[in-house]
Amino acid sequence: MQANTRAIYMLPYYVWIVLFVVAPVVLVAYYSFFDVDGNLTLQNYRTFFTPVYMQMTLSSFWYAFLVTLFSLLIAYPAAYLLTRTKHRQLWILLIILPTWINLLLKTYAFIGIFGTYGPVNALLGAIGIGEQQLLFNAFSFVFVSVYIFVPFMILPIYNALEELNPTLISAARDLGASGWTTFRRVIFPLTLSGVKSGCMAVFIPSLSLFMITRLIAGNKVITLGTAIEQHFLVTQDWGMGSTVAVVLIIAMAVLMLLTGGFGQEVRHGK
Amino acid sequence: MGNKNKWGNLYLVLVFAVLYAPILYLMYYSFNSAGNMHEFEGFTWQWYGEVFQDTRLMIILINTLVIALLSSAIATIIGIIGALAIDRIQRRRLKDAVLSLNNVLIVSPDVIIGASFLILFTIVGIKLGFASVLISHIAFSIPITVLMILPRLQEMSPTLVDAARDLGASQRDVLARVILPFIKQGIFAGFFMAFTYSLDDFAVTFFVTGNGYSTLSVEIYSRARQGVALSINALSTLIFLFTTALVVGYYMINRRAQTRTRRSEPAAEMGVPR
Repeated sequence: MQANTRAIYMLPYYVWIVLFVVAPVVLVAYYSFFDVDGNLTLQNYRTFFTPVYMQMTLSSFWYAFLVTLFSLLIAYPAAYLLTRTKHRQLWILLIILPTWINLLLKTYAFIGIFGTYGPVNALLGAIGIGEQQLLFNAFSFVFVSVYIFVPFMILPIYNALEELNPTLISAARDLGASGWTTFRRVIFPLTLSGVKSGCMAVFIPSLSLFMITRLIAGNKVITLGTAIEQHFLVTQDWGMGSTVAVVLIIAMAVLMLLTGGFGQEVRHGK
Repeated sequence: MGNKNKWGNLYLVLVFAVLYAPILYLMYYSFNSAGNMHEFEGFTWQWYGEVFQDTRLMIILINTLVIALLSSAIATIIGIIGALAIDRIQRRRLKDAVLSLNNVLIVSPDVIIGASFLILFTIVGIKLGFASVLISHIAFSIPITVLMILPRLQEMSPTLVDAARDLGASQRDVLARVILPFIKQGIFAGFFMAFTYSLDDFAVTFFVTGNGYSTLSVEIYSRARQGVALSINALSTLIFLFTTALVVGYYMINRRAQTRTRRSEPAAEMGVPR
C-alpha cells in the first residue's frame, strides 16, 4: 500500500515520543544506579531505604493525602452547587480563571496574607486569639496547596455531575430514598470517575511541588519534589535525585493502576 | 428548601471569595506607597513605573513571550502531525498504547520532566539557555495539542476525505482544503493551551534554564524568595489583566464558533491547565 510513503510525515511525532517521552524515563532510571563519582552502584537505593529518606517519603505522602482530602471536601459541595446555578458557564469560567494565573504569584500573595502583620494575623488579634506564626510551617503548606488545587478538583467533579442523568435522582427520590441516601447510593457512585481524576490531578502534583515548600513552608515540609530539586540543582548528586525520581514515577504508576486507567480522565473530557 | 438554597449560595460565595482574595490582595497593595503588603499608606503608580523601567525585567518579559509563541507554534504543528498519526492507526490496542505514551508528559510531575530533560540535554550536549528552554517547552506542550486536535479529527466523517479524493484532490489538497479547515478549532484550542502552558511553566524551566537566561516565572521565584517587593505586585496585576483578557477573548471566539456547531462545554473544551 501507499501507507509507507505517508508514514514519513508522521516521523517528527514519533521522534518526539522516543526522545522526550521514552528516553527521559530510561535516563532517569539509568542515572539512579550511579553515585556522585560515576561508579555503578546500588548505594542510592540503599540510602533511600534509610530512616531519613523513608520518613521524608512518608511525610510527603501524608501531606499529599491531606491536601487531596481537603481539596475534595471543599470541591465536591462546590461542584454540586455550581451545577444548580443559573449562569453555570460563567461561574465555571470564573473557577477556571484563577488556574491561569501563575502559581508563583498566588503563592507569593500568601507571604503577605499570612505574614506577621498580614490581614489574617490582624483578624486573629482582633478576635483575641493573638498573633500566630502562620508562615513557614505545615499549616501554610497545606492551606496554600489546597488553595491552588481546588479548581482542579472542582472541574472533573463538575463535569461528572453534569453528565449525571437527573431522572436517576428523581427516581431515587420517588422510590423513597432520603437526600443523604440518594447522594451516597446514586450521585456519589455515578460521579466517582470525576472524583478519581480530580484526586489524581491533585495528589501527584502535591507530592512533587517544591516551590510552595520553598516559598511558604520554609524548610519545614520536605516533599519528594523538594528532594529531587535539592539533589539536582543544589548538591549536584544526580544519582540520588534520580533514585527519588524513580520512586516517584513508580508511585505514580501504581496510583494510575489503582484508580484504573492511564490518561483516561483526559479522554473522558471529550 | 429556600433556606437550603441560601446556605448553598453562601458556601459558593465563600469559595469564590477565598479563590479571588489573594489575587485582589496582590493588586490592592500594588498601589501602596508604603512599600509593604500590610499597611496601606496612600495611592501610587510608583511600582508600575518601576516595572517598566526595569530593563532586566523587560528583557525577561520579551524572552518569555518569544518562548511561548515559538514553542506553541512548533508544538501545534507537531501536534497536528501526531493527531493525524494516531487517527490513522487501525488497531485499537496500538492506538491506546500510543495515546498513553502521548499522555505521559501530561500526568508526569514537573520536577521529573525538568530533571530528566536536564539529564537529556547534558548528555546530548545542548547548552542550557534559550535552546534548552525552547525545546523543553515544545516537548511538554505537544501532548495537549494532540489531545485538543484528535477529537475533532475523529468527529470528521471519513466520507469527506473519500469524496475529495474521488473528485480528484491530491493528498496535499485533501490535507489543506478538507482536513485542516475541519479541525481548525481544535488547532486553535491546542495552540492556546500550549501558549498558556508555556507562559505558566516554572518547574521545568527552572531545571533547564542554566545561568544567565530567565523566564518570568523563574524571575518571580527568585525575587519572591528575597521577600516582599511591590514591583512583583504591580507585575502580577498586569499579568492578571492580560490573562483575563486572553481567557475571555478565547472564550468569546470559541463560543461564537460553537453556537454554529454545538452546545459549548467550557470546562471540557478548555481542558485543565497545570
